[in-house]
Amino acid sequence: MSCEQTRLILHAYFDSEFDAVRAAEFEGHLQDCAECMAALETQKLLRDAIHRSGLYERAPVSLRRAVRSQFLAGRESITTARFSSWRWLSAAAAVAIVAVAAWFVMPVLRGPSQELTLAAEIVDAHLRSLQAGHLTDVASTDQHTVKPWFDGKVDFAPPVRDFSDQGFPLLGGRLDVLGGRTVAALVYGRRKHYVSVFVQPTNEEDHPPKSGSLRGYAWSHWRNNSMDYWIVSDTSPADLEALRRLLAQ
Amino acid sequence: MKEQDQGRSPDVQDSQDRERFERLVLPYMDAAYNLARWLLRNSHDAEDVAQEALLRALRFIGGFHGEDARAWLLRIVRNTCYTWLEKNRPADLMTEFDEEAHSQTTATPETLAIAAGDRERLAAALGGLSPRFREVLVLREIEGCSYREIAQIISIPIGTVMSSLARARHQLQRSLTGAAQKEAAREL
Repeated sequence: MSCEQTRLILHAYFDSEFDAVRAAEFEGHLQDCAECMAALETQKLLRDAIHRSGLYERAPVSLRRAVRSQFLAGRESITTARFSSWRWLSAAAAVAIVAVAAWFVMPVLRGPSQELTLAAEIVDAHLRSLQAGHLTDVASTDQHTVKPWFDGKVDFAPPVRDFSDQGFPLLGGRLDVLGGRTVAALVYGRRKHYVSVFVQPTNEEDHPPKSGSLRGYAWSHWRNNSMDYWIVSDTSPADLEALRRLLAQ
Repeated sequence: MKEQDQGRSPDVQDSQDRERFERLVLPYMDAAYNLARWLLRNSHDAEDVAQEALLRALRFIGGFHGEDARAWLLRIVRNTCYTWLEKNRPADLMTEFDEEAHSQTTATPETLAIAAGDRERLAAALGGLSPRFREVLVLREIEGCSYREIAQIISIPIGTVMSSLARARHQLQRSLTGAAQKEAAREL
């Protein structure tokens, strides 16, 4: 292979576009070629910097709202509280399941309240994060790595704690946008499920947890010590409540 | 295009189309906005154009039978962005990267590491690349697309994806280290 050639196909190797045979062949070349090795290191450095910089531009809430209200008017259950019949059934089932959990605070399903609109946004944000590569911007189980990562990215210090011992390992953190505000999002694992915790400062009074479920995702919202918390997951409401208690400690 | 959009009210859209749009396309609203934001370099324009692209996606969803809804949507977003740029900011499409002005060959990995570690500088360097180079980098490094997906979105052969990425990365690197060296020279 000429060096000019390898400089080019180095990118395909770097982007994991090679099959195993060609990758092995290229790795053989790397052993002998310090220049290609250095070029590869430079690419890694650039990529790491791009990934660390949080350059992903998420859709603003205004776009989200505009699309929902303009394109999906008449079938969106959350903002208009107009449920189609099967949605009524599934929502009713969700309410029933949650209500059976006696330790759970009754969901607030009183209609198109602001809480429900926000819950829809929270569930959307959680779903977005589950798409490949968006779960965490900083992936670490170490709270001392995750906490400083937020410095300079948000204008408050989110409480970051690991609950591995209690069955909720901290997986990392990321930035997200809710209601037009940048919030800190923490990600916890629960068996094979993920839990998103959204934290932002608030001037409003403390309030006890309100909970509910939407499209199969359980959520809970409370305010404590000038911090506003939303948690959401497809794990059981009981699990969610257990994590909520840990966070509230 | 605009008149057509207005002539066909979303109300008459088949409910099956809307259901598919909500299920297949809406999860990629961030991807749509991210690409538009990087191609147009302005959040207000990006929001308008992303919205227009989503409207087109809703209108054309009946013809989508593939598996990769993200690539399908991003192709529409990209085309909408280029149409918008041609009409409103044709100069943006003319700016080819001036390789001579940016060729600094003495940069060390350390210089690059420092320059790339600065988010603003990195964003400015990426934003300063020509749209063709910017889009492959955004799709690969920020959106995480495979070569096949990028080829589909931009309508180019897979081999061209690789060579475009190679050149785009080279220019990003030069732009970063060039800026870093100019800054260092000013401080002296």
